[in-house]
Amino acid sequence: MRRYFARKLLVYALTFVVAVTVNWMIPRFMPGDPVAAMVARARVSQPEAAEAMRSYYNNLFGFDEPLWQQYLHFWGALLQGDFGISIWVFPTPVGDVLLDALPYTLGLMIPSVLLSWFVGNWIGALSARRKVLDNTVLPVGYLLTAMPYMWIAVILAWGLGGKAGWFPLSGGYSLDIQPGWTADFALDALSHWVLPFLSLFLVALGGWAIGMRNMIIYELESDYSSYLSALGAPQRLIRRYAFRNAVLPQVTGLALQLGVLVAGALVTEIVFAYPGLGSLILASIQNQDFFLLQGAFLFIVIGVLIANFLIDLVYVVVDPRTRTGMAGGTS
Amino acid sequence: MSTRPDPAPETAAAPAAPSAPGAAPAKPGSEWLHYAVRNPKLIIGFSLVVVLLAIGLLGPPLLDNGNPNEYVGPQASAPDGTYWMGTTTFGQDVYAQFVHGLRSTFLVGVVGGAIAAVIAMLVGFLAGYRGGVLDEVLSMLTNVVLVIPTLAVLLIINAYMGVRSVAVQGLFIGLTSWPWAARAIRAQTFSLRTREFVDLARLSGSGTWRIVFREIAPNMSSYLFMMFILLFGGAILIASSLDFIGLGPTEGVSLGLMLQSAQQWSALQLGMWWWFIPPGAGITAIVGALYIANVGLDEVFNPKLRES
Repeated sequence: MRRYFARKLLVYALTFVVAVTVNWMIPRFMPGDPVAAMVARARVSQPEAAEAMRSYYNNLFGFDEPLWQQYLHFWGALLQGDFGISIWVFPTPVGDVLLDALPYTLGLMIPSVLLSWFVGNWIGALSARRKVLDNTVLPVGYLLTAMPYMWIAVILAWGLGGKAGWFPLSGGYSLDIQPGWTADFALDALSHWVLPFLSLFLVALGGWAIGMRNMIIYELESDYSSYLSALGAPQRLIRRYAFRNAVLPQVTGLALQLGVLVAGALVTEIVFAYPGLGSLILASIQNQDFFLLQGAFLFIVIGVLIANFLIDLVYVVVDPRTRTGMAGGTS
Repeated sequence: MSTRPDPAPETAAAPAAPSAPGAAPAKPGSEWLHYAVRNPKLIIGFSLVVVLLAIGLLGPPLLDNGNPNEYVGPQASAPDGTYWMGTTTFGQDVYAQFVHGLRSTFLVGVVGGAIAAVIAMLVGFLAGYRGGVLDEVLSMLTNVVLVIPTLAVLLIINAYMGVRSVAVQGLFIGLTSWPWAARAIRAQTFSLRTREFVDLARLSGSGTWRIVFREIAPNMSSYLFMMFILLFGGAILIASSLDFIGLGPTEGVSLGLMLQSAQQWSALQLGMWWWFIPPGAGITAIVGALYIANVGLDEVFNPKLRES
């Protein structure tokens, strides 16, 4: 078990280093000149003023130092929690802008990820070997997984938001309400939360249901199941063992899917103009606010790493092999 | 591993892998075909993909003009006899955009899926067959890339690139979406490398790549093919997300870009359903058909899964 965690932690540490390095490298080695783009965007007519801006930005980005120094400075600033200053909302530090958006993204992500996982596995387990249910779960499941997140979001907004008028179409709360710890605000935020939540929930649901169904069928076909039924064990018992074994890959699957689910949350937020990280990323791209974009990237990476670590902890609880230290080299 | 080879980790990594060697009948090819033409899932999924591909390939040349973004007439009109899918706020023909969009969607899927499959095979075979330190290093690399959210990396890469094309988009998607497939191939190779026929080949002095491609790969060819299908579908979904965020190809049109412009110009609020329904339905149809064909293939290759 110690070895298991040592391995996992090594992977996480490496991932973080790679992510930070990628983040540092891209503006420096990609074709295109971010500084020139920013100067062009400011539409300064006098060449002297443009030149002044150019040197200001070069200095701000630290492009005037040798590369290795830039890299070290980048790490140094990062470890002090300094993500730079946002260009889009100028004097605000990137960290503060991101922290404001974070509760909305987390409030959307955590319930949709967990609920879709539980409900999906439940439906999948039920549908395995139950023909009637299986014939509906499978096609619907495949349809849901094949849908792009933003499209299902648009459809839901059109149907439940526009036509039926049940839920507001965009934003995280109504503009005439002051965000705060009041019942009015909570209700209002909740009504804005339903549609983005539903779209994330539905798309992920299909994948989990199908995965669980396939795993259960496989387990029910396996040797230990046939052996148990040859011994005359009740069907319920066999199904319970099958479920226990089938749920392990689903836990691994949850860790694997996290990065993808984050991506889904980002585009869904954009459809609903939900004030989370996704909308910030869109704004930062449209305004060429590279500090904000890079900060958001690191925030996402840190979030995914923490979530993965939590799933590893859960895995130790559900898989006895990791506890007894028998887990082999493969992670 | 990314938007969304959703069923990918499950179905692919699941031991539902097509039948291992040994059980091969006398004429594997004909048995395969026998079950393939009798599998409704495979037939339906495959036909749908072929029909959509045909529309994408044949549609554009049959149109009057080559530019799908051109102004053709009435603005924001609902579908009718002249404009099958209606027109946008700017008087563009939605049908013309749709058929051109199908083309780039298939292109990005093929490029992204193929590149990812090649990397996954190189890494997976090498790690699985050679083992040892090489396996440790490659597996570590795979895990690192697996944990980093692909879309976030693609976001910043794409944001810094000036001119973007469908092919470059496919390239970057391919470079980032291989890890889950590499892990699955590694696991399969692991179980094959100790078989007698591999030992025999090794004794006869064959090199690593010769053994991998002559002995191991053919024994999991059906598995590799199914993996490519999932990577193909995944690449299409990632590309549509990127397009939607405004990081799609800077020229031409794609289904994702259509969704983006519908969103940007408030098609939803204006009730112009014909603008945002077709592109999303197109993506869903292609990816869904691929997944269903994949299940069909799985049943064809894996006797255990065949309906009795």
